[in-house]
Amino acid sequence: MSGEDWVFWVSGSFAVLGALGLVFSRKAVHSALWVAFTMINLAVLYIANAAPFLGMVQIIVYTGAVMMLFLFVLMVVGVDSSDSLIETLRGQRIPAIGLGLGLAVLLVVGVGNGLVNSGTVGLVEANSIDGGNVEGIARLIFTDYLIAFEATSALLITAALGAMVLAHRERWLPRATQQELSKARFLSGSHPGNLPTPGVYARHNAVDTPALLPDGSTSEESIPRPLQARGDIRAVDHHEVNEIKEVDSQ
Amino acid sequence: MTDPTFGPFGLDPWWLVIVKVLGIFVMLVLLTLFTIWWERRVVARMQHRVGPNRVGPFGLLQSLMDGIKLALKEEIIPKGAHLAVYWIAPVISATTAFIAFAVIPFGPTVSIFGVETPLQLTDFPVSVLYVLAIASIGIYGIVLAGWASGSTYPLLGGLRSSAQMISYEIAMGLSFVAVFLYAGSMSTSAIVIAQEPIWYAVILLPSFLIYVTAMVGETNRAPFDLPEAEGELVGGFHTEYSSLKFALFFLAEYINMVTVSALATTLFLGGYIAPWPLSLWDGAMSGWWPMLWWLIKVQVFIFMFIWLRATLPRMRYDQFMKFGWKVLIPVSIVWILIVATARVLRDEVVLTNRELLIGGAVTIAILLIVSWVFQSRSDRRAAVRAERQQAEANLTFDPMAGGYPVPPMPGQQAVGTSRRARAGVTIVQDRSDVTQEAIDG
Repeated sequence: MSGEDWVFWVSGSFAVLGALGLVFSRKAVHSALWVAFTMINLAVLYIANAAPFLGMVQIIVYTGAVMMLFLFVLMVVGVDSSDSLIETLRGQRIPAIGLGLGLAVLLVVGVGNGLVNSGTVGLVEANSIDGGNVEGIARLIFTDYLIAFEATSALLITAALGAMVLAHRERWLPRATQQELSKARFLSGSHPGNLPTPGVYARHNAVDTPALLPDGSTSEESIPRPLQARGDIRAVDHHEVNEIKEVDSQ
Repeated sequence: MTDPTFGPFGLDPWWLVIVKVLGIFVMLVLLTLFTIWWERRVVARMQHRVGPNRVGPFGLLQSLMDGIKLALKEEIIPKGAHLAVYWIAPVISATTAFIAFAVIPFGPTVSIFGVETPLQLTDFPVSVLYVLAIASIGIYGIVLAGWASGSTYPLLGGLRSSAQMISYEIAMGLSFVAVFLYAGSMSTSAIVIAQEPIWYAVILLPSFLIYVTAMVGETNRAPFDLPEAEGELVGGFHTEYSSLKFALFFLAEYINMVTVSALATTLFLGGYIAPWPLSLWDGAMSGWWPMLWWLIKVQVFIFMFIWLRATLPRMRYDQFMKFGWKVLIPVSIVWILIVATARVLRDEVVLTNRELLIGGAVTIAILLIVSWVFQSRSDRRAAVRAERQQAEANLTFDPMAGGYPVPPMPGQQAVGTSRRARAGVTIVQDRSDVTQEAIDG
């Protein structure tokens, strides 16, 4: 087997494995990861077939951006949410299988037709026309396929604008600035910062030990409220406190 | 399969490939140990402390000892962790950090055991994109670590990391475009050679500044270290990691720092090419010397990372995202437009540099005048609008305006609900101290 054969059989099987993993995973995040895995293996196949630009863009765009966005959404939706297996669309299986088979036939016929009838020369020749893979793609995109390329970009911009319009929320009031928020926080009269931590300046480092104020009295605020409600506040041994004071003053 | 060679690359005998791979691996691990020590010493100096100075000369072995201790510590895996993903996340982080270095050029062709070979593992026509692609896979390590820990703070860290990465990689990619236009290539070795007369940091200064900003965001370093903000998220994505797995994240962070610094050196500071006073010496570009120049330039960037960390406080998350999307990306796009226009004018219309500069000055003057006219007009409009709003606000609130129940507009006063109105209480809503969030909530 040549090097290309090795790459094909290893990466190709991994890509199929990833696709199967996508279908059979129970967790949505696992499915997303399998897709990312498949994408990377497809990219390896592109690179092995003398299309390094396509391979890199495949990783940057699909693995890096698209799947990352998917993961982002899945993680926001919930850590443990796995989809329920009840079908919400009734009777969708038969049309879905039909359409899937139709797509498979179209792909096989299309690719097969391209392979048999158009006299393939291979990417090495294709790359050598313009002096390189990147230059070749650039020439095709900006000459023969300019309209298709621009139409795609217009479509994507429309989609992005649509998403922005859908997500837009009219503000009634100007957004509160950091200064206003800080003023509101102090005006409300509640404790503006962190409450004192328990056990500070005390002999026992535990949440039920109240913090001691500089004058030796205890701070109620330093005890978590559930403990206060239960009355679980450890009494401060004032004898010990006085001992410490003595040591400090020496 | 296509011919795997590209210029002088792909011709090495198998043992030389192994030597180079091992060399890069060892160099990166040593650089990590050195950078940790260097960071602690520099930060300490900036804070009027001494820093680690006990183990080895100047404390140089401190990070080695810390690393050994870290690897031998007890490992704690949370019960709620998704085990497979929890295991694979640090592996993704560390391996991608190493393999990104495969296309970084350290020096020109040298002789290793009698074989003439470039000081670079490999190169191919799109190798800068390769670094970008590997970096985008590397972020999976952080995001997955956050998700798989099954804990809140790591999840937030992972979320932040994924959003941060998507936003800042766009700015980073855009900052490369001007370099590609000037070098006419996306291969790292060709870009270095194209900088022989002058560094791109000089002629493409905006791109350089954008890249330097984006690279700090990309490596999760202060002031952009929001995924691991210890004041907000405990440790961020690596809160639940310990022992060797945590060490792998640590390693990956420092190697990524070296990688982005090396990429900055390659793309903007002329890679291994000797800088000016040194370039006067004829021997500066012979033998292994260029690798030293490369290393010095990389260390300058690493020092900058450390300096930033010692100086700047962490940015707030919304400000950070706003900066990426509303400043870095638009500025990059405008700058690319300018560069592309200037190049087309110079190459196709054949203008001299002087004509280009005059044309640029005239364009800027026209833009300034136009923007001034628009600004004064929009100022006047804003004044009129403010007056009208004031007038509207003075109108009393009609709760059934247009036949439908409507909320009060800013400045209007809501009347009370019917029960309270019956009780004779009028509610006057002073909304000046109520935030939008409070109303929505």
